[in-house]
Amino acid sequence: MKPILALLTLALFAAPASAQDAQPTASAQDLGAPVPTVGEVETIEQQDGGLTFTVTDESEWQDLGIAIPGFATDRDTPTPANSSGTAALGKELARVVFNDLKNNGLFKPVGPDALPQPTFPQITAPNWPTWSSRGAEMLVHGYVRARADNKLTVGCYLYDMALKSELVREGWVVEPADWRRAAHKCSDLVYSRLSGEDPFFDSRIAYIAETGPKGNRVKRLAIMDSDGANHRFITTGRSTALTPRFSPDYSKLLYLSYVDGNPRIYVYDIGSGRQSLVAETGNPTIAPRWSPDGRYILYSMAVAGNTDIYRVPAGGGQSVRLTDAPGIDIGGSYSPDGSQIVFESDRSGGQQIYVMNADGSNQRRISFFGGRAATPEWSPRGDQIAFTRIAGDFNIAVMSPNGRNMRTLTDGWQDEAPTWSPNGRIIQFFRTERGSGKASLWQVDLTGRNLRRLPTPVDASDPAWGPILP
Amino acid sequence: MKLRFATVALLAGTVALAACKKEPPESLPPEPAPTTSAPTPTGPTGPVLGTQEHFENAVNGQNVIYFDLDRYNVDSADMAALQTQAQYLAQYPNITITVEGHADERGTREYNLALGERRANSAKNYLVSLGVAANRIRTVSYGKERPAALGSNEAAWAQNRRAVSVVVN
Repeated sequence: MKPILALLTLALFAAPASAQDAQPTASAQDLGAPVPTVGEVETIEQQDGGLTFTVTDESEWQDLGIAIPGFATDRDTPTPANSSGTAALGKELARVVFNDLKNNGLFKPVGPDALPQPTFPQITAPNWPTWSSRGAEMLVHGYVRARADNKLTVGCYLYDMALKSELVREGWVVEPADWRRAAHKCSDLVYSRLSGEDPFFDSRIAYIAETGPKGNRVKRLAIMDSDGANHRFITTGRSTALTPRFSPDYSKLLYLSYVDGNPRIYVYDIGSGRQSLVAETGNPTIAPRWSPDGRYILYSMAVAGNTDIYRVPAGGGQSVRLTDAPGIDIGGSYSPDGSQIVFESDRSGGQQIYVMNADGSNQRRISFFGGRAATPEWSPRGDQIAFTRIAGDFNIAVMSPNGRNMRTLTDGWQDEAPTWSPNGRIIQFFRTERGSGKASLWQVDLTGRNLRRLPTPVDASDPAWGPILP
Repeated sequence: MKLRFATVALLAGTVALAACKKEPPESLPPEPAPTTSAPTPTGPTGPVLGTQEHFENAVNGQNVIYFDLDRYNVDSADMAALQTQAQYLAQYPNITITVEGHADERGTREYNLALGERRANSAKNYLVSLGVAANRIRTVSYGKERPAALGSNEAAWAQNRRAVSVVVN
């Protein structure tokens, strides 16, 4: 479990000495230690401002103009997070917030490079005329302070310009290496307060990085932040890696590897770099999935050619077989409350989508429309199931958990394997190019609009979006 | 070690296909391999027993069988190929093989892994029914990860829906 040390230390937080002395920040959440980086680690530079993606439902809040000037610092202090000190870091923090909102088509943000820099005391007492003269409807202010223990305190404030009043504020204590997380938390605060939706920026994505010719692709396990930053390759590519899944607490990755020559599911501990087989079996194991609470792992195992779904405690132990139909039963995605599992089966002749209780009982088909349906993923909100619809081409579609209201969201030649944003508003998937076989990560919002490609350092497939970081 | 083997197996599979001029699914079953002289005395330049080349020469390139879209059943052409393989395995009882199951790119990744496994097992089961000991045949699925033909058309996909028998050693 990641510690959420809600440090209600107001002393820490007597931060911006405000003139009016409006309580600076009520509480600061300690975001804990960064994930240690052990084993095969490489970082690479992003070519541009990171991933771009968009959420849109044509709500009025999308059109709000938001000013996001640089975050202020009380005293320009050296910090491991920025070689130029906390003042420069403050500007970087604002840039991350600006890019989060801009790249997702959220609001109409204006960033720190086009705005004057507020002073530290102004963070809690905005100089209103400066911002109203620029037509801003909302104003984001923030500050960063280096603490004696090297950690950073970051505060984030959202103001309504028309009301000239504060809407919300929050603060976080982060290790210098985790400074971007504080910015994502600020983006989430602004997004959630203005849209009414749950947050999603402070999250990570696991995927498979692909290089090499079509007939002999090198496939490596890789992870990155939701905005593409902090990219890391986990495996070397000597053996094929496929279908990763972050554990709900981000401490582990499930994935398939051919490291011993056979397709087998391993659980990789990100902290220690160690990995182990999920199930000691002489048979191929594929399609790994976590339960929402991280206590169980679903996997699919082929025995003499017949594939069924099994559940095993994440800490090891006896596997329980959940399906026994002849044919291929595979995958599986828990409902958010853990009571049901949606999965794929070809027991009726072709791939279709079924739901069962978490113990394997009451299996029933839910997909009854033209074509085939594969790789179902239950939305974290519980209200939708995303899947790969196969009807000539392969496309991403959603339906209600009862199988009704099917909507196709994409129209590529081969769009496959949806994964949900933590708030259930955005779906990522991978698109394969006809002919070349080149694959890339894409995303689309739940309305089917704002289809965007996510820049990655090399070709990419099998995205898996993790939950909001604790 | 195993990894190196997988690479060799892949190359061998490609060679086998390259040697096969006709559309693989339409190719006729070959004559049963001549069983005249016992252990084929390898000439000065001939392939050595225990190699993939020796196996493919002896079965006349019939170490690969092909499947219809989404199918995994062994049809009559496949049966003839597998019979040839079984004769070879009967003749050389120390040889063990791996059957690699593959799928075309027009399927979802995980399903294709399961489908490749099902195809490899179909080939294995038929070989076992012909008297080859089950413990001489290992199976592995590569799903759509290792296409032999690189196009995105029906002809390429037909070549990729396959089970390839590869000599272990």
